[in-house]
Order: sequence, then structure tokens, then C-alpha cells
Amino acid sequence: MPESSLVKDICSSSVECRTSPLRQFSQSPLPLHRKPYMLSTFCTENNVQECLSHISQEVSSLGLPPVWTESGSSEMNVVAVLNCMYDLIQLHHRGLRTLENMEVEQLKSSSNVNFLQLTSTRLKEQLEQSKRENMGLLERERQLQLKVKSLQNCLKNEKEEVQKLQNIISSRASQYNHEMKRKEREFNKLKERLNQLLVDKKEKKQAIDVLNSIGRADGKRSLWKTEKTEAKHEGEMYKTLLSDYDTRQRELLLENAELKKVLQQMKKDIVSILSSRKPLLKGDKHQDDGIQADSEEEEEVFDSSKERVELYCVHAREKLTNSIRLQWRRLKSHVERLDSQASLAQMGESKNTDAVSRETHEEEMDRLKLEIQQCKDFIQTQQQLLQQLSSPCDEETVSLLSDCYMLQEKERLREEWKTLEEQRKIFERERKNFTEAAIRLSHERKAFEEDRATWLKHQFLNLSPFADSKKPPMSKSKSAFLISETKVSAGSAPENLTRCPSNTTSSTPRCVPLTSPSTADLHRTLCLIQENSSTKPKRKAEHAGESSFFFNGNVPVQHKEWNDSEDHSRHTLTKEKNSSI
Amino acid sequence: MNFSEVFKQSNQLCKVSPDGKYLATCVQYRLVVRDVSTLQILQLYTCLDQISHMDWASDSLFILCAMYKRGLVQVWSLEQPDWHCKIDEGSIGLLSSRWSPDGRHVLNTTEFHLRITVWSLCTKAVSYIKYPKACQKGIDFSRDGCYMALAERRDCKDYVSVFVCDDWHLLRHFETETQDLAGLEWSPNGCVLAVWDSCLEYKVLLYSLDGRLLSTYSAYEWSLGIKSVTWCPSSQFLAIGSYDEKVRILNHITWKKVTQFEHPATINNTKAVVYKEVERRPAVGSDDLSLHNITIGTTLFNTQSKYEICPLPVQLPVVKPDPDRANPKIGVSTLAFSSDSRYLATKNDNMASVVWVWDMQKMSLEAVLEQTSAVRCFQWDPQRPRLALCTGNTKLYLWSPAGCVSVQVPTEGGFQVQSLNWHCSGDSLILLGKEQLCLCYMDTDQEDK
Repeated sequence: MPESSLVKDICSSSVECRTSPLRQFSQSPLPLHRKPYMLSTFCTENNVQECLSHISQEVSSLGLPPVWTESGSSEMNVVAVLNCMYDLIQLHHRGLRTLENMEVEQLKSSSNVNFLQLTSTRLKEQLEQSKRENMGLLERERQLQLKVKSLQNCLKNEKEEVQKLQNIISSRASQYNHEMKRKEREFNKLKERLNQLLVDKKEKKQAIDVLNSIGRADGKRSLWKTEKTEAKHEGEMYKTLLSDYDTRQRELLLENAELKKVLQQMKKDIVSILSSRKPLLKGDKHQDDGIQADSEEEEEVFDSSKERVELYCVHAREKLTNSIRLQWRRLKSHVERLDSQASLAQMGESKNTDAVSRETHEEEMDRLKLEIQQCKDFIQTQQQLLQQLSSPCDEETVSLLSDCYMLQEKERLREEWKTLEEQRKIFERERKNFTEAAIRLSHERKAFEEDRATWLKHQFLNLSPFADSKKPPMSKSKSAFLISETKVSAGSAPENLTRCPSNTTSSTPRCVPLTSPSTADLHRTLCLIQENSSTKPKRKAEHAGESSFFFNGNVPVQHKEWNDSEDHSRHTLTKEKNSSI
Repeated sequence: MNFSEVFKQSNQLCKVSPDGKYLATCVQYRLVVRDVSTLQILQLYTCLDQISHMDWASDSLFILCAMYKRGLVQVWSLEQPDWHCKIDEGSIGLLSSRWSPDGRHVLNTTEFHLRITVWSLCTKAVSYIKYPKACQKGIDFSRDGCYMALAERRDCKDYVSVFVCDDWHLLRHFETETQDLAGLEWSPNGCVLAVWDSCLEYKVLLYSLDGRLLSTYSAYEWSLGIKSVTWCPSSQFLAIGSYDEKVRILNHITWKKVTQFEHPATINNTKAVVYKEVERRPAVGSDDLSLHNITIGTTLFNTQSKYEICPLPVQLPVVKPDPDRANPKIGVSTLAFSSDSRYLATKNDNMASVVWVWDMQKMSLEAVLEQTSAVRCFQWDPQRPRLALCTGNTKLYLWSPAGCVSVQVPTEGGFQVQSLNWHCSGDSLILLGKEQLCLCYMDTDQEDK
């Protein structure tokens, strides 16, 4: 390395300088200017002259003006020396700078070299790799080619196989066909034989057994088979065929006429369109004009021969189709030109006509739409009328209408349902009112009962029991109610059951009060007391209901049933009401 | 919609007379004739054995009852109950029996297709037609009853004979260019005869009444071909259903294909309406009753079903046929034009639960009916564009351009509709179960509205 050698050089020189300056001076003058601090030992009192000469020599060799001339005085020119020194220092600085530059340069180049080396190695690697890849690919290609070859072989084999199989199939098919034909022949022979045998066989022959022959369906007698009938059959056959062809031809004629009409109309339209654009294009293109004139001529010819269209079908058809074709081509080119014009944004010219036409179109459209709407309305009203008349209309419309009937029906049902719901609500309210009234009545009744109880007690206490027991305190009209009351209470209280078995077991409440009103009375009083003590709200309500109905004058049996379960009665009530509506 | 009570029936033998007045049903060996309007028994005939086939004569005066096992045919008269006729085919055997169009002759095909015996009820005369071919549809009468076309096989070649039904005069006899003729059918106007080859080869030949070959059509080669052929009532179109799940429509002028209808498993056609039958238990609340269901009676204890309109695209259930078996269940096997020739209904065998309805004016798919089970039978109303179908359950399904309806047959004991027949007026429908039958009356008053 250059740097390390330099350092070594410096070290060695320094060591040498110390030992003998002269030798060092003589030996290596070059590094002197680099190490200025060494100069102290360079010049002594003794060797000034020598030093001077040496310096001047050196300086002159460096191309600087001489510091001291030998010929002149020994005194040296200070200015010159200073100048020289300055120059030297400058030189030294320059030298250092260049050195530095050189070093930087060297660093740069060395790193460059490094980089280049690296890249070269990398590239080498790449090269190696690609070479390897290439080899691989080549190998693969070889393999694939081998494969292709084998597949081709396979294909060839398969093809051969297919060919072979096809041959086999066809040979077999022909064989089978042959066999089949043989078999069929045999089969036919067998059939013949069987037929023969069956005909020959005497027993169990074919037979028809008819009571009496019937007439022909057409009422005619059958005819002998003659030439005439044969001819007649032929004639009839051809007649039917002819009639069929006739009808078909008529249909075709109709269709043709229709198509012709369409064609004519198309032609007319085209002509009108072309003629309308004619003035516009008059000065446009001479070529076009020429053709147009030509075609018009043709048209005129055609128009003049219009009457003969039906007569000379072939010519007319040819002419018609030709002219249509021509005009169509022209129209097409016209449209294309219009398109190109539009694309060229030359709207200004054609806008006027276009706008007008569009406006009219739109107007027309609106008008037609309105008309359609009117027609639709008309149809609807007609349908409704038809429906009202209930006249037999065709079933397509019926099927169409059936859906809307269904919808109507649904709507109607929904409305009915709504009214029913409302009615139900009303009934609910009424029922609530009713139950409230019943509760109120029960309260009233309770008060009344209490009143009566106190009154009875009074009476009971006032009158002697033995004298007045025979006389019932209540009139007979009330007895039925009393019994029902006791019955209810008996059902709930076991004490009563033991006390009056006769009453509880009796199924007919009407006969009971007649037999023993007094005991009933007694029980009633007892029950009342007990009832008051028990104070069950439900039963009270029951009694209340009972009493209310009793006061209304109902038959006791009926209202007993009514009271058995109020909830149930409610249901029946609502039901009845519903059903009545 | 009303339903009659249920009557007994056997072998699904039940037919309305051509004039629409009488209903004949077979119960074992008895033949019962009822009045269609009152359903009261008018006549009762007893045959010699269990009846295997029954047919009305064209004038509705006679009924033919065939007992194939015994080789017997008995004919009954409606006007004269005492009159009787018995035809015995003897030991030669009987395969099928039919009326001639005039209703005065009976054509019997003997066993092994040995011959066709023509019995005249007028003269007791008998004549034979030899070499009839055993095939899908080897005999056809023209609509007007004038001509009969018969497929024949002689010397391993197919022939067609055209007879005049009036006196059985052989009008034309010609060889057809078929490998193995499978069927023939007259156009409704009786002027063109369509002849098709067996399924091994796709080939349709069109012959004029006088035996000229008008045209030949073949859609493809090397795979299974034609499965069904039907004429449009206007004779304008010939629809050909094939094993490739397509229907091809030929026109009557050039006999070229007008269009073809494919039966894809996924429906993307936005113009078509897909109705899907949805079954549900009756426990569901009644508040979501749809419009369609309102018409259904209050049969509470059966599974109800209704149609729902499916949003597109719809994936239809497809059954892949077994390729190793003969007569694979694939391709269009049933074709039916509506009476006004406006609609065509088809069924593709590998989508057995789907019926397709095509609009013949727009030449496009109109509706698709996806049922919950395989469709047994469908038939167009003879008067209106209305399609009735059944799937072997207790329901009857109706399609019309206005919509689709599923109707529960309100009978006890689970009446399963196996087959159905329209009355010629289109006002009622005969529903055939396994052992029973029931009449369904359409609402005529609804239409009067």
C-alpha cells in the first residue's frame, strides 16, 4: 500500500536524521521540505556557506530565482529569501493539496474497483445461473419433445384402434343386419306356416256371431268393387289433395298480398323520404343526383305498370324487389351520410329539419299515447258492461278478468271483516255494560236481602214460632226462587246437604216448594246467614244474576242454567248475537 | 269446481262416447253405460270374461269390448240392448282390437302380428290384411275417417299401404326409405302422412296422400333419435321429440325446421313463468291463503299444495339415466298441442316431474310446471287452452295462460288420480284412479261472469 510505505519512509528518515544530519542530507534531500521542523539541525554556524549554496542550488533546481549569488557578497538578500520561502511554502501547500486530491482520487478509484469487482462477480454468478437455467430448459424441451413423440404415437395407435373398432362395428352391423334379415325371413316363414296351420285346423275357427246385421252408418248399401269405384276413389283422393292445395294456395296468396302491401308501403315511405331530401342534396353531389334521377325514372315506369302487378307476377316481383333494393341502398347510404354528418358535428345545417321532425314525432307520440289510454278506458268500460250483462264472452277475457274478480272479492271480504270486527267491538262494550249492571244489581239485591233478613228476623222474633210456622212468610210465587237458592247453597255447603237431603236430591225445583215450604224457608234463612258469613264474591255474583233474572220474570230452570257458569253464558250470549247477525 | 261421487272401474277402462252423452265404464266383466249429465245407469252388459279393452264406435251407438286372453270381441248396441255380436278370433289369438272410423267394422290384430282381420257388422264379411308391422304406431286413420295408413313389413323392407276405409280398397302401396319404421301419423287435414324411423336413426319422412315423398328430415346421426311425433291440430306444424331432449318443429310448406325447443336443467328465460308446486301441512294458519288456494275446498285433513312462482334462474331436478340400459329414460316422450294450436305441452323423461308449456306464436317457452312427483298424464281441454295434469296423488292440476291451480279431489279413502280424460265439451273431466273413477265439473258459471 502506498500510504503505509510512506509512513515507514518518514519514520526511517527521522531516525536517520537524528544520527547524522549530513548523511541524511546527502542521502535523502527529497523529504526535507516535508518536515520543516528538522531544519533546525540542518544549518549550523559552521556550514552556513554550504547550506547557502545547497539551498540556492536546490532553489534554482526548483526553478525559483536564486536566493544568493556566489559572486556577490556573502550577505544574503532577505527579500529574496523571504520570497523564496514564500514560494516554497506555496509550493509545499500545493504539493499537499495535490497529495490530498490524489489520495481522495485513489480512494475513489479503489472503491470503484471494488464495486466493479463485485458487479463482475455478480454478473458472473448470473451468467452461471442463466447457463444452468438454459441447460434445464433445454432438458425440459427435450423431455417434452419426447413426450410429444410418445403422445403422437399414442394418438396414432388410438386412431388405428378407432379405425379398427369402426371396422368391427360396421362389420358387425352388417353381420347383424344380415342375421336380422335372415331371422325375419324365418319369422315370416313361421308366420306363414302358423297361418296355414291355423287355417287348416278345423276346431276353434274364427267366427262372427251377430244377431242381425246392421245397416251402414251412411245408410247406403255397399257397392261392388269395380273399375268405377277404383276410379272414384282415385278421384276423391285427388279431390281432397286439390282442395288442400287450394286452401294452402289461398292462404299463401293472402300472405303474399299482405307482404306486398307492406312492401308497397315501405317503398312509398322510402320514396317520400328520398324525395324530401332531394332538394337538400340537389347541389350536393352530381353522382348521386344521377342515380336518383335514374331511379325515379324507374319508379315512374314501375308506377305506370302498377296495374299489371297482379298479372305479370314474375316481372313485377323482380321489378318491385329491384327497385326496393335500390332505394333501400340509397336510404342506407343516406342514413350513413347523416350519421357521418352528425359525427362531424355539422348539426347546424341539418338541425332545422331534424328538430322539426322530432317535434312532430313527439307530438304524434303524445297523441297516440292519449289515444291508447282512451282506447284502454273504452275497453274497460266495455268489459264492465259485458260483465254486467253476464253475456257469454270468450274465455280468454274471462281468464284475464278472473284475477281482478278475485281481487274485488278479496276487497269485499276484507270490508266485511272490518264491519264484523266493529260489530264485535260494539257487542263487547254492551256485554261490559251488562256485567256492570249485573254487579250493580247484585249489590242492590244484597242490600235488599239484608233488609229482608232483618225484617224476617224481626218477624221471627216477634211472632211465636209454633203458631206461625204453618203460615209461610213468603208468597208461593217466590218459592221457586228460594229453592233454586237453596240448591246452589247446598251444592257448596255440606252442612246443608245433611240437613235437607230431600231438597238437594229433588231434580224438579217446582214441586219442592209445594211439599215443604217451611223447611225451605228455614233453610233459606240459615243459608242466608251462612252466605253472609262466607262472603264469597263469586257466588254472590251468581245469586245476583239469578235474582236479576228472576225479577225479570224468567222461568227458573232457564235462568238456573244461565247462572251455572257465567263465563259460559257470556260465550253463548256473544255467540247468539253473532249468529243472529 | 265440483266432484261427483266415486264409481268403480277396472283396468282404467272408462270412456265418454264421441257425442259426449254417455259414459261407459268396465267393472271386471261388466260394461256399465251411464248418462253423463245424471250419472244414472242406462245400460248394463255382461261380457264373457274380464274386459281388457273397450271402445266407442264413432256414432256412439255401439261399444266394443275385447277380451284379449280369450281372443274374443263383443259388441253391444246402445239402442237395442238385446242385440249382440261376438267375434271369436279362435286359436290365432288377439292382440288388439279397434273400430273402423265408420263404426261398422272391427279391426282385430292377431297375435304375432300375423294379420289384421276386418270384420264387417253389416255383412258379416271378413277380410284380411297381411304383413302388418309390429311397431310403435303401425296403423292410423285419417281424421275424416276416409283413409287408413298401415305400416307393413315384407322382405325386410318397410311399406306403407293406404286404404280407403269405405270399402277397404287399397289406394296406394309404397316402400318407405326407413331402416325400421316405427310409426306413422296422418296430418289432421288428412293430406300428409308423417312416417318416422326407429330410435336408432333420426329420420322423418313426409308422404303425400298419393304416395309421393314430400320431404325427408333428419336432425342428426349416430345417436338415439325420435321418441315422439305429434301434429299440430291446424296441420301447420309437426313436432318431433327426440332423445337429445329437444323438440323440433317443422313447418308445412317447406318441411324445414322452424325452431327447436330445448329442455335445459336451468331455466334462465325471463319470459317464462316457473310454477313450483309446494306441499304443506294443513296446520299452517289460514291467513296466508293465496289466491290459488281459495278455490280449493276445505279438505282439512290432507296435505295441501299450491303453486309458487319461482324467481329465475331455476334449477330443475334431473335424473341421470343409466347408459347401459335399453330405452333410457331421457328425451321428450310426450307432446301435446292445445286445441287452438296455440300451446305445446311437453315432458322430458329425465325431468319426470316437470311439464313444459311452449307458446307456438312466439315460439318460446311460456311456462314450466314443476310438480312434487312424477307427472303421470296430461291432456289439453278440447275447447280451451287449458291443461289438466295428474301425478298419481290425490290432486288435480290445471294450467291456463292466466295461472296455475292445484285442486284436492275431495273423496274419502285417498283417491289417487292415475289418469285423466276431458269430456269433449271441456266442461268436465274424468279422473281415473286405480280402481275408481270420479267426474270433475269445471265451474262454468265463473266463466259466465
